[in-house]
Amino acid sequence: MVSIFITAFIVGGLICVVGQLLFDVAKLTPAHTLCILVVAGSVLDGLGLYEPLIDFAGAGATIPITSFGNALTHGAMAEAEKHGLIGVVTGMFEVTSSGISSAILFGFIASVIFKSKGKV
Amino acid sequence: MVARGLLTFKTTPSIVATGVTAGPLEKKSQFVDKFDKIYEDERCEAKTNEHGHAKMMEDACMIALSKVDSVPSDADFMLIGDLINQMTPSNFAAATVGIPYIGLFSACATSVSSLLMAALLTETGMSKCAIAGASSQHNAVERQFRYPNEYGAQKPETAQWTVTAAGVAAVTPYKKGFPSIECGTIGCVIDLGMTDPLNMGAAMAPAAADTLTRHLTGHNKDVKDYDVIMTGDLGKTGFELYKKLAGNQGIDVTKNFRDAGKEFYGADPSFLSGASGAGCSAAIFLTEVIDKMRAGDYKRVLLIATGALLSPLSFQQGDTIPCIAHAIELTMK
Amino acid sequence: MDEKKYAKLEKEISPKRPLMRNIIFAFLTGGTICLVGQFVSLFYMTYFDFTQQTASNPTVATMIFFAMLLTGFGLYKKIAQFGGAGSAVPITGFGNAVISAAIEHKTEGYVLGVGGNMFKLAGSVILFGVFSAFIVALIKTILVKFGVVSW
Repeated sequence: MVSIFITAFIVGGLICVVGQLLFDVAKLTPAHTLCILVVAGSVLDGLGLYEPLIDFAGAGATIPITSFGNALTHGAMAEAEKHGLIGVVTGMFEVTSSGISSAILFGFIASVIFKSKGKV
Repeated sequence: MVARGLLTFKTTPSIVATGVTAGPLEKKSQFVDKFDKIYEDERCEAKTNEHGHAKMMEDACMIALSKVDSVPSDADFMLIGDLINQMTPSNFAAATVGIPYIGLFSACATSVSSLLMAALLTETGMSKCAIAGASSQHNAVERQFRYPNEYGAQKPETAQWTVTAAGVAAVTPYKKGFPSIECGTIGCVIDLGMTDPLNMGAAMAPAAADTLTRHLTGHNKDVKDYDVIMTGDLGKTGFELYKKLAGNQGIDVTKNFRDAGKEFYGADPSFLSGASGAGCSAAIFLTEVIDKMRAGDYKRVLLIATGALLSPLSFQQGDTIPCIAHAIELTMK
Repeated sequence: MDEKKYAKLEKEISPKRPLMRNIIFAFLTGGTICLVGQFVSLFYMTYFDFTQQTASNPTVATMIFFAMLLTGFGLYKKIAQFGGAGSAVPITGFGNAVISAAIEHKTEGYVLGVGGNMFKLAGSVILFGVFSAFIVALIKTILVKFGVVSW
């Protein structure tokens, strides 16, 4: 029980270190970096490696943006298993809907409540 | 080198008054005591950043005019600019103030290009009083050129902080006891292939060094002739590069060189490489430098404002950052 | 001075990015965010009927809610200046990208401003996530059809 907190911290931290290397060494913009990580998560799931990582690290694997690529791929593959090729398209958002729907919802709420400020 | 782009003003028009307004964060500036007005609200109580931007400019104009007991109807021309798309803040400010107006864009070098244009109009005898200046507003510039203000992007040490400030000068025919504009040099656009918008100082430094060399050779001057040679907003990194480039040309950079961007927020590390923005050079040139001239500390100064002529579009399309620097020489007779 | 020479000089004089410091801070910040996520998902597993796998949905939504508060009160960019990728890579960074754009463009109205610009930063992540999911799932489906691998 305790060990999953430790692995969550370490795995999550390490995925962020990969992101930092893409920022500082490869000199990529945040947008480029996040796109690469999402694609990486998707490919890892295609190879069947992301689910074991979630079992091992819990939130350390589900919180980084890589899990977004994993969830999209996972949904697409699960539907493809049931309905064949057409499922690839229809199943995509089955698993990952919460990230996008909550970002849209909270984004809208925030725009009603808050104003942007130029503080250091 | 053939001397081109050189301006000499025989009638030496004078800067008789200045007006400088700044936002609340600029209280951290080491020059804050010299500014005429500091707003408590970053939008100057206006609804949007851009309206606040325009208001800052209007107030700076009114303050400058009031110092010479004038009203907008006494001024013949208004030459101002900012960094926002199509310069809407300046346009709105000009609509409110109601002085015949031409918007000028040289990015952050507008503070000097506007003074040069005002001096030219005065030299021809067609202007008895011209308003020249530039402004920038942090939030408005940031959201246009970079990211939303609340977006979390880590900035490297070379990044600069756009100031919220407006600086305006009233230029009239020569008047004794005021700093007067003796000559100037219009910059060439210099592009040495820099592409990093988080290291603008490095992109602008070659333009500043080029204009400095051209000014010195063209007007047959030496660095020793000036009490100070101040650049606009190169920041800590850009200023070092500029001194290196000028030094390579055989110019003695050890004394009297200052940079407004580097000094604006003092040594505060949270502002990284220092300040930038059209309001930065305008605010410092028109307070710190003009005040010292009027106090007799400076007899002859050279001001070089630098501007990065990029747009978010040109950056995203992978273009390099073309830069410009304009120089103006002020004397106290 | 030509471009190559200047690029060399610029590299020499510009301060280097403190790589080691950035990596350590990114590790700590990212690790901490994931640790908070683990507590949130423990909460959902203990009090609701979720497993380690299925708890990720409500956890992600909760983390984005936290990101909204931090962004709205101007704290997220401070964490980002300190933590770099440590705050950009977790899903809270995705939330911050959407939420900050939404707040910023409020002045252009809710339809043209907030609606039109909400995904201007995060949209590319969705595009490439969806596209690579499509390709990966397509390849897998074809491979299964030909009996190379099984589901």
